[in-house]
Amino acid sequence: MSAPVLFDVPGPKAQARIRIGSAVGALVVLAIVGFVLLRLAGNDQLDPQRWAVLFDPASGVPQALGEALLRTLQVALVGMVFATLLGLLLAAGRLSDHSWVRIPVTTVIEFFRAIPLLVVIFALFFILPSFGIRLSAYAALTGGLVLYNMAVLAEIFRAGIMSIDKGQREAAFGIGLRKSQVMTLVLLPQAVRRMLPVLIAQLVVLLKDSSLGFIIGYFELLRQARSLVEFFIPRFGDQYTFQLYVGAGLIYIIVNVLLSQLAKYVERRGRRQKATVATEPIRMPDENAPTTTGI
Amino acid sequence: MQFLIDNFPLLWDAFLTTLSLSLLAGVLALVLGTALAAFRVSPIPPLRGLSTFYVETFRNTPLTVVFFFIIFGLPQIDFSVGFFTGSVLAVGLYTAAFVCEAVRSGINAVSAGQAEASRAIGLTFGQSLREVVLPQAFRSVVPPLGNVWIAMVKNTSIAAGFAVSELTASMQRLSNANAGELVLVLVAVVVGYMLITLPSAYAISRVERRVAILR
Amino acid sequence: MRITRYAAAVAAAGILMTACSSEAGDTVEEAAEAPELAEEVDFEAGTTMAELAEAGSMTVGTKFDQPGFGLRNPSGVPEGFDVEIAKIIAAELGIAAEDITWTETVSANREQFIENDNVDMVVATYTINDDRKQRIDFAGPYYEAGQDIMVAEGNPLGIEGPEDLAGKNVCSVEGSTPAEEIRTNYPEAQLTLFDVYSKCADALANGQVDAVTTDNVILTGIVAGSPDEFDLVGNPFTQEPYGIGIPKGDDEFRAFINDTLEEAYESGAWAEAWDETAGAISGTDAPEPPAVDRY
Repeated sequence: MSAPVLFDVPGPKAQARIRIGSAVGALVVLAIVGFVLLRLAGNDQLDPQRWAVLFDPASGVPQALGEALLRTLQVALVGMVFATLLGLLLAAGRLSDHSWVRIPVTTVIEFFRAIPLLVVIFALFFILPSFGIRLSAYAALTGGLVLYNMAVLAEIFRAGIMSIDKGQREAAFGIGLRKSQVMTLVLLPQAVRRMLPVLIAQLVVLLKDSSLGFIIGYFELLRQARSLVEFFIPRFGDQYTFQLYVGAGLIYIIVNVLLSQLAKYVERRGRRQKATVATEPIRMPDENAPTTTGI
Repeated sequence: MQFLIDNFPLLWDAFLTTLSLSLLAGVLALVLGTALAAFRVSPIPPLRGLSTFYVETFRNTPLTVVFFFIIFGLPQIDFSVGFFTGSVLAVGLYTAAFVCEAVRSGINAVSAGQAEASRAIGLTFGQSLREVVLPQAFRSVVPPLGNVWIAMVKNTSIAAGFAVSELTASMQRLSNANAGELVLVLVAVVVGYMLITLPSAYAISRVERRVAILR
Repeated sequence: MRITRYAAAVAAAGILMTACSSEAGDTVEEAAEAPELAEEVDFEAGTTMAELAEAGSMTVGTKFDQPGFGLRNPSGVPEGFDVEIAKIIAAELGIAAEDITWTETVSANREQFIENDNVDMVVATYTINDDRKQRIDFAGPYYEAGQDIMVAEGNPLGIEGPEDLAGKNVCSVEGSTPAEEIRTNYPEAQLTLFDVYSKCADALANGQVDAVTTDNVILTGIVAGSPDEFDLVGNPFTQEPYGIGIPKGDDEFRAFINDTLEEAYESGAWAEAWDETAGAISGTDAPEPPAVDRY
């Protein structure tokens, strides 16, 4: 935020007011944090022994959470790769000149965008077997993530391809390239390059959504935390419940913040190199800020 | 077919629960998200910081984890909420972060000249935001806000794991009790969601066309 | 720079935490003694027993979230009474405990998993009933549970039995027989349904529900962990015979499992399995085993 357009650079009086406001605001925030900590302490939730479980290898907790994080990352990465590939195919299909390609592809995209991921995963795991197709929990979760995200990514890719300057396409046709060549040699490489930050941001979404594996019992991070809670309850009561969930939540936040930072870094680098890329900064028809895709 | 007729009251109740959960959470998210976006562009640094912190935290946390904190974490600081209220809070607070991002991008999309002009005629920050920038911003954020709304409707399915009998919970319940009718159950639930998401998508594109600003 | 500083702080906190070890440190218990393998296995060719003995391995479906019966421990292996029963049967086939592949089955997919041969048998707190017998067959029962009620310590609402649940908020798990029981026979009670019992226990501890109802063994396990938070009403009001699910029509396998169970009753292996698992958690002695039902 270099030169704000929404307000004048504050003068001395305004600055003094802002400083007072800042101090009051900071005090309020501190008071809230203090209140929360006090209440937590009042309920014995801050007892170091209760938090130690997260770091004590003898309890098996750090190992279990670490392995679960790996499983979560694995599902997200594998899902991301397949969702990207299928998303590209679907985007190309939706931009096709042939209506017999365009219409079914559009239907598939809209269908998967309209139903909750939880329902997709559930259906893959519990309903496909009635048709003789058996999937493991891992395959069902990954499959659900792929189906859902390929539809989301297809729309992002389509927007990206359409955002590329018309001249590129015309010039490519002009030098005699075929339709498929225009797409694969000229349009896609530029679009994908522009969309790298969006793709990384979508990985954050996949990572978060992998927590929906709980419905079919895949042992990703959150389900693992819950399983540990269940393991401890008959032995120690609920004294570790809060800690384990906070631990799992923090792991998600840390990993995802790192990924988001990576996305921002890639975005900044891309912007610096803008001169070398013949595109407008990407403007999604349905999304103005590239890094705010998934929810 | 008989199966669906027998269970219609259950599915209808579940549908209404999903709908009311979505509407209430949507209002909460819209109000809070807009306030956060205003904070985000405000002249007061702590407000900007607070808003950034809020958005980054919620955007990077799985909604299921947010649910855990609201339903089972709040009682640890001696606030207890009902399951439905808790679900509205969880979905609303989570979605507010995305609403904030959408509105902020809308604010950024309003041309700088508009804000400069309103400053030049002596409007304060609050006035220029209220009277000039936000009304234009909201027009350009109809599509992203619409997407956030549809995503949010689908996200309410997570409340199924937290004692709210909405559509996904009814799917689990019916499929446990009637393993033979799994496909019918699924179709009924999918239709339930589409009854909300598809008309929404249509309405959004209508509104979008009507309010679009040609630049 | 800033990130490294945070990382250092987190690491330091971690080391500090490890230094004061948690009470949960000694949970990684020694595994129960494995049942003795049958040395000479000789089954009639073509039977399920012969196939399994030949393969030297089998897949068993069990629950991963039932304290005392089938609960995944931090290292990822399920433990509990169901698991021990499965090991006894496997041992009789000459299959060692390490050669059993454990698959998580939940209430919604048990019949399906058996029908589709995803598993060789299901030992998963599986109540025998006529509906299920239409699709699969049951060996056993090997245990008879009864539905009971858990309340807050001191029973402030004076709940003595299911009749007292009218107008009360009672928690159970979606898709479980206990939840159906309340729904059909005590419609006045308000049901709060989660996907796992650990959430019910949390909700009761927080005062969000008035009571939790399910099979008494599970409740005993939860009460054992938090004796100063919960009380068991101790008035079982149903009978839930747990059986072993196998494919429909495999009468030889069913007879074999029934024989094995009866042997285990006599040899004391059954009581031993109880003492090491559900008995250890709940602090109850092994009950009288139920008579096997050879229908």
